[in-house]
Amino acid sequence: MRGESLFPQLEQLLPQVSKPIQYVGGELGVTVKPWDSVPVHWALMYPDAYEVGLPNQGVQILYEVLNERADALAERTYAVWPDLEKLMRTYQVPQFTVDSHRSVGHFDLFGVSFSTELGYTNLLNALDLAFIPLLSKDRTDEHPIVIAGGHAAFNPEPIADFIDAAVLGDGEEAVLEITDIVAAWKAEGSPGGRDELLLRLAKTESVYVPRFYDVDYLPDGRIQRVIPNRADVPFRVHKRTTMDLDAWPYPKKPLVPLAETVHERFAVEIFRGCTRGCRFCQAGMITRPVRERSISTVGQMVKEGLEFSGFHEVGLLSLSSADHSEIGDMCKGLADQYAGTNVSLSLPSTRVDAFNIDLAQELSRNGRRSGLTFAPEGGSERIRRVINKMVSEEDLIRTVVTAYTNGWRQVKLYFMCGLPTETDEDVLQIARLAQEVIKNGRAATGSRDVRCTVSIGGFVPKPHTPFQWAPMEHPEVIDNRLKQLKQAINSDRSLGKSIGMRYHDGEPSLIEGLLARGDRRVGAVIREVWEQGGRFDGWSEHFSYQRWIDACAAVGIDVWWYTTRERKQEEVLPWDHLDSGLDKDWLWQDWQDALTEFEQDDCRWTPCFDCGVCPSMDTSIQIGPTGHKLLPLTPVNGLRVTT
Amino acid sequence: MSKRQPPGGQAPVVQRVRIRYAKRGPLRFTSHRDFARAIERAIHRANVPIAYSQGFTPHPKISFCSAAPTGVASEAEYLELGLREAVEPEQLRTALDSALSPGLDILEAVVSSTPGSLADRITAARWRVEVPGVTLSSLSSAVDAFMAQEEVLVERLTKQGRRNVDARGAVVNMAPYGSEGAPCAILDLVVRQVTPSVRPDDVLSGLSVVAGLESSAPGGFLSCRATRLVQGTLTPQGEIVDPLELDRATPAVNG
Repeated sequence: MRGESLFPQLEQLLPQVSKPIQYVGGELGVTVKPWDSVPVHWALMYPDAYEVGLPNQGVQILYEVLNERADALAERTYAVWPDLEKLMRTYQVPQFTVDSHRSVGHFDLFGVSFSTELGYTNLLNALDLAFIPLLSKDRTDEHPIVIAGGHAAFNPEPIADFIDAAVLGDGEEAVLEITDIVAAWKAEGSPGGRDELLLRLAKTESVYVPRFYDVDYLPDGRIQRVIPNRADVPFRVHKRTTMDLDAWPYPKKPLVPLAETVHERFAVEIFRGCTRGCRFCQAGMITRPVRERSISTVGQMVKEGLEFSGFHEVGLLSLSSADHSEIGDMCKGLADQYAGTNVSLSLPSTRVDAFNIDLAQELSRNGRRSGLTFAPEGGSERIRRVINKMVSEEDLIRTVVTAYTNGWRQVKLYFMCGLPTETDEDVLQIARLAQEVIKNGRAATGSRDVRCTVSIGGFVPKPHTPFQWAPMEHPEVIDNRLKQLKQAINSDRSLGKSIGMRYHDGEPSLIEGLLARGDRRVGAVIREVWEQGGRFDGWSEHFSYQRWIDACAAVGIDVWWYTTRERKQEEVLPWDHLDSGLDKDWLWQDWQDALTEFEQDDCRWTPCFDCGVCPSMDTSIQIGPTGHKLLPLTPVNGLRVTT
Repeated sequence: MSKRQPPGGQAPVVQRVRIRYAKRGPLRFTSHRDFARAIERAIHRANVPIAYSQGFTPHPKISFCSAAPTGVASEAEYLELGLREAVEPEQLRTALDSALSPGLDILEAVVSSTPGSLADRITAARWRVEVPGVTLSSLSSAVDAFMAQEEVLVERLTKQGRRNVDARGAVVNMAPYGSEGAPCAILDLVVRQVTPSVRPDDVLSGLSVVAGLESSAPGGFLSCRATRLVQGTLTPQGEIVDPLELDRATPAVNG
């Protein structure tokens, strides 16, 4: 029977797997509705383990807005670990939702949110476990419409054969519109079947249906053109932008897991979008323009979220939180309100200036001092001009030393390796910077008890950024640079003792690069890797570089052509028909500016530089200050009974 | 730079409340650590005036007296809360229960009015174990063979590796029941609290060691359903006395 619970079968298997609680549901904040009470059923997936997927804000928000509707239900599913997968295959238990343990294959829609391309093999595994045909073309009216979302959906071409549709941009309003379309189509008796439904979705111009587009290739392998194969779908599909975040104060009822997860906190997104213009940052490019949530809405969300969840930690999240126009009042106000309550507040601190330390000071008044992280991203001034991260060495050293003199003993510095035009020397500058930081920190505090950790991530060029044309560096070059850096850090033993270094080697980044800028032909590689056992590619203990390289060879894909090759201006990119609002000519100009080390300002504080997003998407920057204050908390006396 | 001093001034404990709670249905798969986090959050949600320890990272005053193994249900788990303000225990029970997911249920709250620790009053537990894929008669003969032994060594997989545990010594009483032909037979089991503790699955392993008992269910004995029904003080007569009884009988001084 459709929608029936699989729990009796699952229950037999759970005692045999590790951390069974992750498959059980029962979190605070869940909504369970009878299957037949609504016409539209959504299964939402974050394609990673529960412990990573549960805290994901995107899924939580969509889960809540969908369940608020009287005509829809939404349940969640996550990637199952290999121990349970094996048992599910043996006993024929399909991929299930954790809320009511319903078979994912029974839902009308199966929405999968991709923060990273490394989740693609988990998508295939979930489809297979759900008894949903892997290929879109093999599905019938009995199967869910498989929809990809999240940042990776801005180039869904590598998974184009496996999904039925993709949604670009903010999901809140998109899922509601899709629900309307599906409800109407079902009410009419599902005319025209699956194809008609996909056509109705495509006609919104904000849902991309890959099967309605054909890709032609040039003899040299580059794309000649991507065109609709029917007259009634748009040439380009546009991203969605949710304006006025004060009208969308989600999550209101955050999901509170029983299992341990990677983030145990109530997270409030204080603004969406970023116009700092860091050229490597896909998030900053595709989420424009900046839309702030006002101080009063943030205060209300924090209050209600803490009361609802019982969390003791609040994260004020965004792409650059210190840039909120009301951040000073917000931090001070919240710190005042929660003084003496054992609630701790945190800010992902990445901006390199003293203001960030003032904010961190406010937030740590309760005595709990989380670490401070700064992200100069590039080791030399030159490379920072290339990536448009405007931080001078002097500022960086002064900021970190200020942190030390204010009582922080440990600071983390975040950098990237493998950036366009990067030389060994640019990376070795990281060692010098770290040593300067420690030298100055020791002098300023009169103590040797100051430390910094240098954390290095691999650069991956992403679609819809000025670096979408850039060649990737070979993993061996990256690994060699990291080795040299390690030696340089330890060249001075006294200073080296106070500097930690964390890094990933270059191989996973190369595969992420293949998937990020891949076209439809790369789908065969993903399938081959999955068939050879590839799962959980975002986890170093599960990722196998060799498996990916072997799969490329097996299906005839040249991994280097997709990764280390520099693209020319006239090349048709696999995602050109997907509109993030950014003007391709502007992106190209910004790429040229990067090569000539010319910096670009932030349009929040300087005139518009015509990136193209606001006019093409009919949006505009929404920032304060609003002049409002935090509403005072009314103290709660006595025990509270939740109803 | 002076050394940072921990912020002082946490309010003292003025009342201790002893609580019995249950782990039921699907939520029997919560581990003890999972439950510990859930109860801490429930205390916040319910606005319980919990007292905190002193120091840089103050911890709420919660002491757990028992931890049912992951996957095992229980009707009788115990913990004690240290409060900075006195509350009415039944109101505390209602508030705390409403702040937890259904399946983690607060059954009783009693103000602590007697000396001695709650944990010391827990010396034995009574279990109900549903054993899948065995007949009542095969279970009965295995039980007889097991009870006739002085010691039954079973292997248990721990994080430190395999170790041998005596499954027999701690078993006070064991009685099979059910009906012939049912998909599972049931064991009524009384086990003394020992270190390391003997769990229902150890006893089932013991039955297969002694009498070769095997389960035809998927996963074998691993998919048995065990429920801890009662915990408390074992009397010489073999009865188990409710550990909250003393506190219930003695009026609280500050309650």
